[in-house]
Amino acid sequence: MLLLVVSAVTFAIFFLVPRIGGQTVDQLAVQYVGKDANPESVAAVKKNLGLDQPLLVQYYDFVKAIVVGANYQFGPDPVTCNAPCFGYSFKTHVEVWPEITQRIPVTLSLAVGAAVLWLVSGVTIGVISALKRGSIVDRLSMTVALLGVSLPIFFTGLLGLALFTSQWPIWDTIEFVPFSESPGEWAWNLLLPWASLAFLYSALYARLTRAGMLETMSEDYIRTARAKGLRESKVVTKHGLRAALTPIVTIFGMDFGLMLGGAVLTESVFSFQGMGAYAVQAVRESDLPIVMGVTLTAAFFIVFCNLIVDLVYAAIDPRVRYS
Amino acid sequence: MPLLSVDDLTVTFRGGHGRPPTRAVDGVSFQVDAGRVTGLVGESGCGKSVTALALMGLLPGKGVDRGGSAVLDVGAGSEFVASGPVDLLGLGPGALRDLRGSRIAMIFQDPLSSLNPVVPIGVQVTEILERHRGLRGAPARKEAADLLDRVGIPDPTRRLKEYPHQLSGGMRQRALIAMAVACAPRLLIADEPTTALDVTIQAQILELLKELVDQEGTALLMITHDLGVVAGLCEQVNVLYAGRVVESAGRRELFAHPTHPYAHGLLGSIPRLDAPRGDPLHPIRGSINDRIAWQDGCAFAPRCDFYDEECLEGPPALTEPRRPDHRVRCVHPVLDTTAEEVTA
Repeated sequence: MLLLVVSAVTFAIFFLVPRIGGQTVDQLAVQYVGKDANPESVAAVKKNLGLDQPLLVQYYDFVKAIVVGANYQFGPDPVTCNAPCFGYSFKTHVEVWPEITQRIPVTLSLAVGAAVLWLVSGVTIGVISALKRGSIVDRLSMTVALLGVSLPIFFTGLLGLALFTSQWPIWDTIEFVPFSESPGEWAWNLLLPWASLAFLYSALYARLTRAGMLETMSEDYIRTARAKGLRESKVVTKHGLRAALTPIVTIFGMDFGLMLGGAVLTESVFSFQGMGAYAVQAVRESDLPIVMGVTLTAAFFIVFCNLIVDLVYAAIDPRVRYS
Repeated sequence: MPLLSVDDLTVTFRGGHGRPPTRAVDGVSFQVDAGRVTGLVGESGCGKSVTALALMGLLPGKGVDRGGSAVLDVGAGSEFVASGPVDLLGLGPGALRDLRGSRIAMIFQDPLSSLNPVVPIGVQVTEILERHRGLRGAPARKEAADLLDRVGIPDPTRRLKEYPHQLSGGMRQRALIAMAVACAPRLLIADEPTTALDVTIQAQILELLKELVDQEGTALLMITHDLGVVAGLCEQVNVLYAGRVVESAGRRELFAHPTHPYAHGLLGSIPRLDAPRGDPLHPIRGSINDRIAWQDGCAFAPRCDFYDEECLEGPPALTEPRRPDHRVRCVHPVLDTTAEEVTA
């Protein structure tokens, strides 16, 4: 199943991405040649890059490169692209995969921290809201949640930056510090991006959790749990929240997968060199191998996260396991 | 002294938003003796389930007014529970939680929805053992398996790891009964425990309840609309109508001499196999919605065959027109009963 989806995605990326903008093969080749394109050099590039081959052969080469690497006849010297070869950028003359792996830690740090923050805060707020339904706390947090859902990250992020780097400078500048270098600096610099992302997402999760909790807390088995004399905290966490978790896990898998593919806006706002920023840059420069490579990586993350979600399902809802 | 003495219990759901409040239970009084089976009988909407929930303290806190008293003899105290009689309606939520599951327990109507679908049976049984008996880990699991075994669930150790959807309906109800009796409560309230089950399973579950009550000396408050269940199980019967007890008697006495027109009508409405062919059924006319408030007279008057002006002169009092232990709330009790003797 996983393999099938990944193959389908690869296929789609391969066929669709080069056609965006309606370029013909010739125009594509012209781009690779650069300024002094003449019919001979264009033909040579087409031949060397296999652009004159039938599409299926090109696709085979594309996939083969991912598995075993490839050599491209480009210019005077052949260039080597080691496996897994997610493409070779003929504009910047770099292999795409090492570039991606270099940027994954940035995106991963951003995604993991923000996800932890928004899950914890969103679910907590949602539970409290559901239990205190109709109270001031409920109304206040749902209003804030609505704000969070409505405000885009380039507003909250920039506002955060403006407030905490110039108005009340808690941070001088915000830049990515690798975890391996200094975990403290890593977390400290990521705090604001995490918070802005979490504000956006936890709002969604708070609403989702609240709706789920309102539903499960009126179930008969909650009454049974109370009839046993269990403490209310146990009734809520062990019986109520447990059963309300399924939709949250579903959405979380999607969101987290998407985020691993690059939080484009957040990375731009905070000038982080993550996958998203890389993709944007590549699109701007029409650097197709990079676009394809990043898209493929992002697609893989989404598929992977959904696989994890399916596994988690089985763990939290036993009814899924047998049906 | 009876184990539980409910006196003038009222439960009113506040309407809110301009709707009038609803008085679901309107002055219910009855007693439950230790180690006996007491029935609370009535049609849908007469307030029997609300009575049970009020005793358990499981009604929502907001929007509900409670009145009267329900004094339970807790018996020997423990680490958590004070000894002696307590008024269940006067207890704080914490004290009530300590009693729930340990001194009073309840079995619900629909065994499937009453079990958490995503929590293994074993956990749902052991959590009550942990709460009230401090058992954890292996000893708790051992005790849980013993409990399942006692309520007749085969292969209990394996069942502990299973989830509610893997059990049959009867098995689920047995599991719920196991949870209810886990701490040997003094009072067990069963709210229509067999309505959602097949007839053959119903009989097994009733048999099981009877056994448990006999062995443990637990008192059982059986809430039902099923006169067959009453006949088979209950020693003392209270007939509820529109939130108030209208007749209270021993089982044989009630079935032989139903004296309130409502009870009389109820028993008369049971179809009989030995009735002549073509004999029509005898339903009570109208529905429970055709009623008047108790303070204006007899709530049953609009549906009653013996109704006259006298019925509207205020709420009828409980009288003992036949014998001292047979109380009836009616100004025109059916005394010359020629009703077919129903063998209990």
